[in-house]
Amino acid sequence: MAEAAQAPRRDVGAEFALELTGLSKRFGALAALTDISLKVRPGERRAVLGSNGAGKTTLFNCITGDFPPSEGAVRFFGEDITRFAAHERIRRGLRRTYQISLLFNGLTVFDNVYLACRGVSAGRFSMIGLSPRDPLTDAADELIEIVNLGEVRDAPVADLSYGQQRQLEIALALAGAPRLILFDEPAAGLSPKERRELIAILGRMPNHIGYVIIEHDMDVALSVSDRVTMMHNGRIFKEGLPDQIEKDPEVQALYLGSGHD
Amino acid sequence: MADVSEAAAPLGRFDLTRIPAHIWVIVVLLLLVPTFTSGFVQFQIFGWAFILGMISLSLMILAGYGGMVSLVQMTAAAAAGYAVAIFGASAVAEISFAWPWPVAVILAIAISVLVCVISGALAIRTEGIYTIMITLAIGSAFFYFTRQNYTVFNGFTGFNGVQPPQVFGVTWNDPTPFYYLTLACAALSYFFAVYLARTPFGLALQGVRDNPRRMAAMGYNVNAHRLAAYAVAGVISGVAGVLLVWSTGQISPNTAAIGPIIDILVITVIGGINRPIGPFVGALIYVVLRTYSLDVLTALGLDGERFKLLIGMAFLLIVYFSPDGMCGIWDRYITRLWRDPKREGADG
Repeated sequence: MAEAAQAPRRDVGAEFALELTGLSKRFGALAALTDISLKVRPGERRAVLGSNGAGKTTLFNCITGDFPPSEGAVRFFGEDITRFAAHERIRRGLRRTYQISLLFNGLTVFDNVYLACRGVSAGRFSMIGLSPRDPLTDAADELIEIVNLGEVRDAPVADLSYGQQRQLEIALALAGAPRLILFDEPAAGLSPKERRELIAILGRMPNHIGYVIIEHDMDVALSVSDRVTMMHNGRIFKEGLPDQIEKDPEVQALYLGSGHD
Repeated sequence: MADVSEAAAPLGRFDLTRIPAHIWVIVVLLLLVPTFTSGFVQFQIFGWAFILGMISLSLMILAGYGGMVSLVQMTAAAAAGYAVAIFGASAVAEISFAWPWPVAVILAIAISVLVCVISGALAIRTEGIYTIMITLAIGSAFFYFTRQNYTVFNGFTGFNGVQPPQVFGVTWNDPTPFYYLTLACAALSYFFAVYLARTPFGLALQGVRDNPRRMAAMGYNVNAHRLAAYAVAGVISGVAGVLLVWSTGQISPNTAAIGPIIDILVITVIGGINRPIGPFVGALIYVVLRTYSLDVLTALGLDGERFKLLIGMAFLLIVYFSPDGMCGIWDRYITRLWRDPKREGADG
């Protein structure tokens, strides 16, 4: 977490880290997202809950530029990034992890994290060999320690356990100087012990780094977030503090499977 | 396409003791080749294998590191060869400019880079079979264009009488000087490719190969990286193209016909597309088969022209038993018998 991104950062006095206005996404006749408006303050930790198909991952994809929204705008620290390419958004301090691990299986843990650090700093095209004096080498090693992967630093990613791959996902998202991270179901498929580790890692994150976390596990989601947004059928259906959402009868009905009218 | 074991050396300074013993044996043998072989072997076998190996290496960098199977590398080399003939001196005096050789060589390499970058620009948004088809189409277009254009490319005949320069009083297309010239260029390209794998650019290229979407989500401009890889590959194929035209003294459309274009892919796959040594191993096998199969076939009472059948069979056998080429066979069978403790663990 040593080097700052080069992209200009126009966040002086920005009230919101992330501001979505009227965001919609249609795939043909299917409306995956309808009129989503969402505001996340700098440093805020927001959970996005919802059943399968509620549009949570599509929302992330529209924010990160994996695919463009059909309508609406995405503002990041006050700057309109709706039409920006994915890598331009990342260089401004936006990060994400993926629901299914998207790692570089042919490379080692260190190489993966080093690439993440290099991606948001200068010298991405450098043809000078990696050296221990490179500050990014230290930055990568620091991140590997943060996510407890020191023991497998030089192992190929393909040899890691599922839980370790999820931890590596988080290390990649923490590289550079992130300002807002989108976590897509980081606890999915983890053992109870690994979940506790994940909650600890999220809890140790510096206060200035905000995140939006998609999580099916209510316990994880509510314990790591300041505010909760509920989604249903591509719309925002409720927003509030974790304990309000937990006690909300409509939310309970939705989560118990009786549906929402 | 993950195992680039020459690249898997741990971080640190270049350490000569890390190079395994068999590599030293090969280096010494290569340096001594002219002392125990004929001029024919030095020029026709090794010289040609080094040149084809370099062109294939440029494909290996794109395919092995970057996951882009480009069939335009032979075309880029031929374009460099044409540039040497056109800007330098040839027997076709009415076309050739006869500029000093360093100018012609620099222009030739630049043109090879340009051919690769233009082809890359058209191909980088595609993947797999579509990349192959687009680059093959560009190669075919170049072939037919050079065959039909007489003003610049002198049509079907192309150029002959292209001579390498006399530098330091050495005639560089004499067998032994030419052997060392091609060896030096091949060795430089090889070590560059090995080195490249452990640079930020090379690592990022391997990241693009494994997962382009994730690379974009980490701040990389994936297409710019792919395009830069084409440019790097263009430098190597350009140098090889210059050596190619100096070795044969001529360049014509047939240099980059569909056959030679496919041969580069075959050579790379035979040797091993995932590591820099593979293309040179493949090129040596190809050149030996191509040179001696005629004698073998006629001795067996068969038509000598059927050497392609032999190459095809060798290709099938190697790919069948080892999808990662001769390097894969070496890994599976030979290193099991002869393990170097210093490399153990480093190979992963």
